Amino acid sequence: MPSLLPDWFALRADFPILDQQVHGHPLVYFDNAATSQKPRAVVDALVRYYERDNANVHRGIHELSNRSTNAFEAARERTRKFINARSIEEIIYTRGTTEGINLIANAWGGKFIKAGDVILLTEMEHHSNIVPWQMLAERTGAKLRYIPITGDEGLLDLDKLDSLLTPEVKLFAMVHISNALGTLNPVTDLCARARKLGITTLVDGAQSAGHLPVDVQAIGCDFYAFSGHKICGPTGIGTLYGRKEVLEQTPPWHGGGEMIATVDYFKSTWNTLPHKFEAGTPDISGPIGLHAALDYLDAIGRENIFRHDLELATYAYQRLSELKGVRLFGPKGERGGLVSFLLDDVHAHDVVTIADRYGVALRGGHHCTQPLMKKLGVPSTARASFYFYNTRAEVDRFIEVVREIQKFFGV
Amino acid sequence: MSDDLNDLYQEVILEHAKSPRNFKVLPDANRVAHGTNPLCGDNYTVYLVMDGDVVKDASFQGSGCAISKASASLLTSTIKGKTRAEVEALFGKVHDMVTTGHADDAMGKLAAFAGVHKFPARVKCAILSWHAAKAAVAGGGTVSTEGDEPKAG
Repeated sequence: MPSLLPDWFALRADFPILDQQVHGHPLVYFDNAATSQKPRAVVDALVRYYERDNANVHRGIHELSNRSTNAFEAARERTRKFINARSIEEIIYTRGTTEGINLIANAWGGKFIKAGDVILLTEMEHHSNIVPWQMLAERTGAKLRYIPITGDEGLLDLDKLDSLLTPEVKLFAMVHISNALGTLNPVTDLCARARKLGITTLVDGAQSAGHLPVDVQAIGCDFYAFSGHKICGPTGIGTLYGRKEVLEQTPPWHGGGEMIATVDYFKSTWNTLPHKFEAGTPDISGPIGLHAALDYLDAIGRENIFRHDLELATYAYQRLSELKGVRLFGPKGERGGLVSFLLDDVHAHDVVTIADRYGVALRGGHHCTQPLMKKLGVPSTARASFYFYNTRAEVDRFIEVVREIQKFFGV
Repeated sequence: MSDDLNDLYQEVILEHAKSPRNFKVLPDANRVAHGTNPLCGDNYTVYLVMDGDVVKDASFQGSGCAISKASASLLTSTIKGKTRAEVEALFGKVHDMVTTGHADDAMGKLAAFAGVHKFPARVKCAILSWHAAKAAVAGGGTVSTEGDEPKAG
């Protein structure tokens, strides 16, 4: 862990994309919860791979295949270390968080979830941690149950947990940091309470991996899914962590090459972990790019990144709360690096359209959390989401633009 | 404020968004259609009173951004007295206008939406209530912006 604080401003030079004008204004990229930008080190790793080492992985005898296989598996070890899994057998490459959750819903859920079982979720889940469970419930006759949130502040109403965490619950799936509210959920405590009752747990780490130190053994979850592209890696690569004991009992999901040990015309046997869950030629450059991204993040230090993003989010929240006619969502205290808000009498899409013409990239909409929006009683929110390369001066600029938008609509 | 933004949020659009016309339920409506944009949550219902082939009265209810609300407001003002064929022809013209920026002289106040073409992400907002109106004159139902424009989000 680096002891010195990074020179945040100097890091921006590693991201050529940040240095540009959009609609005649310097780009302020505040859409990091959707996807992060990529440092040159990641782009270079991809170019190097394609220019020098590209070949299909595993089973190859020739030199290039050896190189690509080594790089592909070295990235798995790097990912293991990143989340402190016990073994590379617990690291399954996926296309992203969504695919990781679908894998569990289909392969694990298909075997272990029965009619009458309950799948416990929270009201702040992303569609990717709701819909796969609805599909599973539809197939099996299981039921869904939700932990409520406490209004606009968006904390889990944990007083209700005892009455919801009953023996019928077979799986408890929860988001670590809410992409729509910024809420940082106490996943370690939640998993501990579930474990006491023998309930399997899944943590959606799409907004937490790469934003704070993550240790899956300390969290105590059975599954943890995250995406590479939100943490400086390429799109199309993600990781599903599964506790080895659980993965061993889980049947494969996709069938095909790579995931088998032997194939007969009428019967096949499965490869060992983690390959049992990786059918077909995988995304090879993805893990290699992810490896470079994880090295990059850990050179900065995830504790540093968390504090930096929290400081920006706290500052943005405070500046917005000083304006008239602003409704803020998410917790007032510790939170992930994003702020969700609405301006009185101005729709979020109008906010985002105008901000864009000032070079400020925001997101407006339901953030793939339609049930949460209904619960909050709003059609959508506008969201500014930060990463380590964002600055306080950019937040000041964002606030200026919000004032302009309010003036434009006569608020 | 950039010229593009002033083209998009023209005075008439801002004014209609703030004080939408015909923003009510028509109790004696005999044609009703819903228009939704599932990506952004915009949601409108268009009510028509039709006498044979002619729109006698029109109104709308629902929620969405300034562009979609102003569009529904001007739509319901414009189509009163028009026949089904005229409404369908106007739908085509509005669709062309918000995608190409070309407004012919007969468009009147609707020409305010020509600036939308510089904002491809907002075309759906401008056209949503028109989809609903087209469905309503044809008998009613539910329409979605999906399938009409490229998907995103």
